Amino acid sequence: MSDNDPKPAANPTPSPTPPLSKAKRQSNRRRFLRTALLTGGVLGAGLSGFLPLIYSQKKRLRPPGALDEKDFLSSCIKCGQCVQVCPVQAIKLADLIDGMGVGTPHIDARQQACDFSCDAVQCVLACPTGSLTYHKPEFLPGRAGVGLAAKPILLAKENDPEPTLNLTERMGVARLTRPEACLAIQGKGFKGQTRGPGFKGRMRYMDVDRWKPIKIADHPYDVPECDLCVRECPIKGAISIETVFAPDGTQRKSPVVHEPCVGCGVCEMICPVEPTAITIEAREVWKT
Amino acid sequence: MSHLLKRRFFEQIKVMFGAEPSKPKEIAPAAQAMHFYKKGNRDLIAEKLHARAHAEHKNTWRNRRWITLIIANLLFTVSFFFDIQILEGALTASRFVGFHLIDLNSALQVMLAHKHIINNLIIGTGTVLVLWALLGGRTFCSWVCPYHLLAEWAEKIHLYLAKKRLVTDQTIDRRLRSVFWVIFALLAAATGYTVFEAISPTGIVSRALIYGPGLALLWVLALLFFEVFFSRRAWCRYACPIGLTYGVVGIISPVRIKYKLEGCFHEGDCRKVCLVPHVLDTVIKGRSVETEVPIGPDCTRCGLCVDTCPTGSLSFDVKGLSKIS
Repeated sequence: MSDNDPKPAANPTPSPTPPLSKAKRQSNRRRFLRTALLTGGVLGAGLSGFLPLIYSQKKRLRPPGALDEKDFLSSCIKCGQCVQVCPVQAIKLADLIDGMGVGTPHIDARQQACDFSCDAVQCVLACPTGSLTYHKPEFLPGRAGVGLAAKPILLAKENDPEPTLNLTERMGVARLTRPEACLAIQGKGFKGQTRGPGFKGRMRYMDVDRWKPIKIADHPYDVPECDLCVRECPIKGAISIETVFAPDGTQRKSPVVHEPCVGCGVCEMICPVEPTAITIEAREVWKT
Repeated sequence: MSHLLKRRFFEQIKVMFGAEPSKPKEIAPAAQAMHFYKKGNRDLIAEKLHARAHAEHKNTWRNRRWITLIIANLLFTVSFFFDIQILEGALTASRFVGFHLIDLNSALQVMLAHKHIINNLIIGTGTVLVLWALLGGRTFCSWVCPYHLLAEWAEKIHLYLAKKRLVTDQTIDRRLRSVFWVIFALLAAATGYTVFEAISPTGIVSRALIYGPGLALLWVLALLFFEVFFSRRAWCRYACPIGLTYGVVGIISPVRIKYKLEGCFHEGDCRKVCLVPHVLDTVIKGRSVETEVPIGPDCTRCGLCVDTCPTGSLSFDVKGLSKIS
């Protein structure tokens, strides 16, 4: 507004505060509009932050000991201390487009599963807010079937005085999603590097070094009948190869998941077929 | 503390929440005498011109601050990268040699959203509360917050462009920050989700420095873009609730900037470099209520005014320290 009015509107009644000039009023109005603009911008961006709540129905694997998704999202302070303590770097922080809360931790089991090579679930110990916890507060009851029947026994420390993992709830449950691709069901063996030479995933092998996880690519296999998911499962009694009867009456071998499964994802990471025959159903509960 | 300073103390708290600083209604006789002495004093004007012409530009405090800020943030990065476990975590929550430290605003958001507080959260928040209450509250902003440093560099570009008359600083109502603080607190409590944490540039930049960059940095870039081309230091001045949280903590802090009326030329260079010039209203001619006035809680104790002041009228001060020595 460049037309300058030299005479401001006359104010016949004297007021305690002097009337604002036209220019001042205009600049005030513009400032109000700019304030509204910044308000809208920041709140708009803020509302986009709510998307993870809408997507929270989508299942994804959180670190061990995580609260239920909604409670997890409310309590996670997004510091990444769980990321820092993980010896196999299984935990990653989510980015903007992952739609699960910027900076919240998650695990992509196929790329790098949690193999409990820390022995004590270090991420739970590191969490400052109780998002990951051994002891869920009483007012947050678990969903039916999410609880474990007994504390899971970690095979790696089966001979230690305290062989269990201090976990009361499962992260998810493993399921044979593509039985037609499973080498065990086909009666095939496996020889070589599972997941190929370029795979970066790591795991601890007790016969190599208890305290130093190594690359899976550096640990080739030669098995007459594939049982990698059972062989490498870190939890006692969580999975086994059983003889099952197909609908046509023929007998065959198949990996079968049992109640102690915590959903760590080692079976999914180690499965040699592409895409994997066995997957973790994140936040799934145990159904008998 | 005189009743005038007491009144000013409470006024400065209002100013932090967004009120405009006002002219004082009453000024102490000693200060009044100084104001009167300076009025139209030709010797003083000549002295001022001389001092400004010969003023050496110092960056003492700025350099100390930048080094501190960079070291603090680098310590996070290095701790993770080399796994030396000195400062684990990010700015939102961390462990310094095993001891919990939790950002006050993040802690508040989590407490409001989750409504359940565990011991580690209390320990970490309490430690940080005491630490920043001692060190000056918003000292966090200018001495630790990594977004502050980025914004300072963006500000330099903004000022360069403004000098070339390519951009003009568009001011925004400062009450907005208090409104945002309330809105984000209410949103956290009502929805059970710490939504501010999703857009907090402090958290985003801190995590990017430690865990690698992500797309969330685009939001930070958008903010910096807004600050360069539209409104100087907009996020820190008008929006960031973290700043207000730490500001409140700093109300009672002993560390602050102290203003001495006697030597001041009222030429206003300090207000030009200040992130929060409303706290320096006292340096305006005729406004100082006492001969010595502490600067209010919204001050980030960045020291730019101390570096800029040609007469040493602004300096760092620790309340009570002068009494001891």
